Amino acid sequence: MSTLTELSLSEVTTGLRHGNFSSRELAQAYLERIERLDPALHTFLTLTPELALVQADQADQLLSDWRKNGGAAPSPLLGIPLAVKDILCVAGVRCTCGSRILENFIPPYNATSVARLRQAGMVILGKTNTDEFAMGSSTENSAYGVTHNPWDLSRVPGGSSGGSAAAVAAGLAPLALGTDTGGSVRQPASLCGVTGLKPTYGRVSRYGLVAFGSSLDVVGVFGHSAADAALVFAQMAGQDTLDATSVELPVPEFQPDASTKPSLYGLRVGVPGEYFITGMQPEVEAAIHQAITILEELGAVIQPVSLPHTQYALPVYYLIAPAEASANLARYDGVRYGPRQPAEVMWDVFRHTRGELFGPEVKRRIMLGTYALSAGYYDAYYGQAQKVRTLIKRDFDQAFTQVNLIATPATPNTAFRIGEHADDPLSMYLEDIFTLPANLAGVPGIAFPAGFDSKGLPIGIQLTAASFQEDLLFRAAHAYQQATDWHTRRPSLNQS
Amino acid sequence: MEFEAVIGLEVHAELETRSKMFCACPVVDSTVAQPNIAVCPICAGMPGVLPVVNQRAVEYALRVALALECQINHTSLFARKNYFYPDLPKGYQISQYEQPLARHGKLVIVTSQGERLIRVRRVHLEEDTGKLTHVSRDGQAYSLVDLNRAGVPLLEIVSEPDLHTAEEVRQYATALRSILRYLQVNSGDMQKGVMRIEPNVSVRPLGSTEFGTRTEIKNLNSFRALERGVAFEIQRQIEIIQKGGQVIQETRGWDEARDVTFSQRIKEGEDDYRYFPEPDLPPLVVEAEWIETVRRDLPELPAARLLRFQQNYDLGSYDASVLTLEPAVADYFEQAVQAASGIPPKTIANWITGELFGLMNQAGIGIEELRVTPEALAELTRMVVQGEINQNTAKAVLAEIFESGQPAAEIVARRGLSQISDADFITGLVQQVLSENPDQIASYLAGKETVSRWLFGQVMRLAKGQANPQVIQTALDRQLQELKNRPR
Repeated sequence: MSTLTELSLSEVTTGLRHGNFSSRELAQAYLERIERLDPALHTFLTLTPELALVQADQADQLLSDWRKNGGAAPSPLLGIPLAVKDILCVAGVRCTCGSRILENFIPPYNATSVARLRQAGMVILGKTNTDEFAMGSSTENSAYGVTHNPWDLSRVPGGSSGGSAAAVAAGLAPLALGTDTGGSVRQPASLCGVTGLKPTYGRVSRYGLVAFGSSLDVVGVFGHSAADAALVFAQMAGQDTLDATSVELPVPEFQPDASTKPSLYGLRVGVPGEYFITGMQPEVEAAIHQAITILEELGAVIQPVSLPHTQYALPVYYLIAPAEASANLARYDGVRYGPRQPAEVMWDVFRHTRGELFGPEVKRRIMLGTYALSAGYYDAYYGQAQKVRTLIKRDFDQAFTQVNLIATPATPNTAFRIGEHADDPLSMYLEDIFTLPANLAGVPGIAFPAGFDSKGLPIGIQLTAASFQEDLLFRAAHAYQQATDWHTRRPSLNQS
Repeated sequence: MEFEAVIGLEVHAELETRSKMFCACPVVDSTVAQPNIAVCPICAGMPGVLPVVNQRAVEYALRVALALECQINHTSLFARKNYFYPDLPKGYQISQYEQPLARHGKLVIVTSQGERLIRVRRVHLEEDTGKLTHVSRDGQAYSLVDLNRAGVPLLEIVSEPDLHTAEEVRQYATALRSILRYLQVNSGDMQKGVMRIEPNVSVRPLGSTEFGTRTEIKNLNSFRALERGVAFEIQRQIEIIQKGGQVIQETRGWDEARDVTFSQRIKEGEDDYRYFPEPDLPPLVVEAEWIETVRRDLPELPAARLLRFQQNYDLGSYDASVLTLEPAVADYFEQAVQAASGIPPKTIANWITGELFGLMNQAGIGIEELRVTPEALAELTRMVVQGEINQNTAKAVLAEIFESGQPAAEIVARRGLSQISDADFITGLVQQVLSENPDQIASYLAGKETVSRWLFGQVMRLAKGQANPQVIQTALDRQLQELKNRPR
């Protein structure tokens, strides 16, 4: 049954509906592939085979009832396996956030995004690796070991949602959830050669997403294509009474155009000079220009656009995100859940629990954030960063009065080697330089494969749209994917 | 040198909404509820959970802010106040900082020196913390955490440092509690901790415009403690300065048993709570229309009711203020007045503030638990005014209603307590007393006038206390006069 994992999502949906194979068989095929390949990749932190089979059986029951009784077509996601980043809560399943401080934490609740996908009948395979509390761009900051890039096991998959991106790339799950605070979906999607969507801030409920940077965090999705990602997005999106920052707006349905050359006529695509910087990998730059040409061939009008405050995104991000994180991570004190390091006095319980169970990058960011919020420094750091954030947001507002989409590289380089940035946090931070601005502005972005470099590593392009215009991202990415086949390439893993 | 105290009050009042500030957990009485019975992932600060504002709490807060004549900020911001403590599940408290819900209010208080206007600096919404209990078992000391109270809506009401005496502090707190009760947002029960008052006290030479070093007093759990704690602290600071010492900026606790404040925590500079706007909550927008609705629906407030009581019921300011302090008492009074048409309200007021309050104090109960209905009190008052029973009988009957809740008429009938006003019968009793006490009569006639009071008592005793005192007096006076006039 291993060929089941090679089918496209629409083939799987059709097969399930016709009863050619069951959801249980599908889940088993993925679980078996995971068992075979994941030891080398380490994409999953927790597998939930029993849960998956129970959920698959429920899906099979619904499918069989539907085949018998007819009625409205079931969700295209019914019975489809899903991997979930280990920072989104799944009721009854351990959620570590890649941290030892939550190594035994089992949430009694589902994240709203997870609950809505369960509602559609998706089958949860397990929880995927992440940099500790999503702080990182490589999964090297996970307390449970690094995930390997399926295209080259000596390289990182990107991060922080590297486990999910690698799982989809390696065919260990057809779809996976990630979270994106500064590029944590788009950057690993780019490095792993899959499609990754970061929705508009407020579009998908953050309830059950373990917070890192609350004003930046978004639940995103990985799939092999924009059309696949769009299905999951449509199911997750929409206002949630449990998240006061979720927005009450209709979610337009994306209907993929099945033709081989869907028209992008009428779309204006802006190319910002600020995103083509010296020092980026020349093959990446070339591939992106090539991809932009294809968008043009599909009917889009390409024009230059300026996002003048781009250079400030990185420093602004590294003030705002750590500041919020310093408060968000304060709850991990060993009092109510998680391991507790014993000590004689209360303050030492806090000190030891936090000091010994947080990893170095998390501690670095807590300290950065604490400093940025401190009396006497607040105005100069956090306050100033908020002002500049407004300018960055305004850049996008301005640009989107001229164009519908902005096309940029998703990352300056293809996947780097494990350990390459280990001693230099700043060089690691630079890996997210093209993805950070969208989080600061709150706008949606999608990254998808646009070629390979000479080492055979995937190159990703990023499209960005104005807030709540995810459908434009899907339309353009889908058209590109109909016209190209980069997204259908798979790493060869079976020999490993 | 003469000194002046400068005092500001921070009052924390829990808003007695059905559910907590940011989650659906019920608000329970955390002094009696089983620990951690009203807790969910949100108020327990579990990973990944988010707060959602309880609109009813905002409405309650608006009531208070409007009652204090504050300016309401149409857009206010929640902020995180960061500090570590085991009773604070998230490691930060969601509060309001730079843009509070309301500012610039005022509260008029009445003291022995007259009326004073105390400015209210700000009113803001936040969430309460949990509660720690420190225990020791088998020689091991440890702490237990109860999160029932964590996330209960809390209103912080901060005054300007406009208060100068312990009496003013007490009057301010009393007036504020009265308003909270009128608005039905808080019971004002300091013992249960639903209303907590923290005074900031400093002293300075009279006439100086600079502030002295201030101390903050905590764990004052009654008005008495508040008044005494402030008085003690003022005196303590004055003595330090007079001895040439310096007041240290610190938090001081109140020791109820020893009647003193004691140092709890020395503040080295200001605490750094690293406030920043709460990213999980959008700005709190309060539309003008909402404010107007709340304003329109405000009940009559204590000050207005006091004035009305003085005018409509012809009460003095003391009676009126005692009766209007608690809305339940004021309601009781008005219901009794209505039930006893034709009886002077002042008479009813006297019965409430005198006899009834006495019985309630003795029994330690509040007006809500009272078995004497306003109608019963009205009936009793009517019986006295119309001479059916006398004052003393009425007091005894009231005590019995207080215990049993039986109607006055029933008690009077059952115990045969009706007042005797029959002049012939009473004249007979007087004659009997006079004839049985020749020695006393002799001393009366010899000029000892006070004997007449003793004779009055004897007649009343003979009548088992039920005779109309005025009729006795008249009969006694007449017969004594006759004795005086009789030639000896």
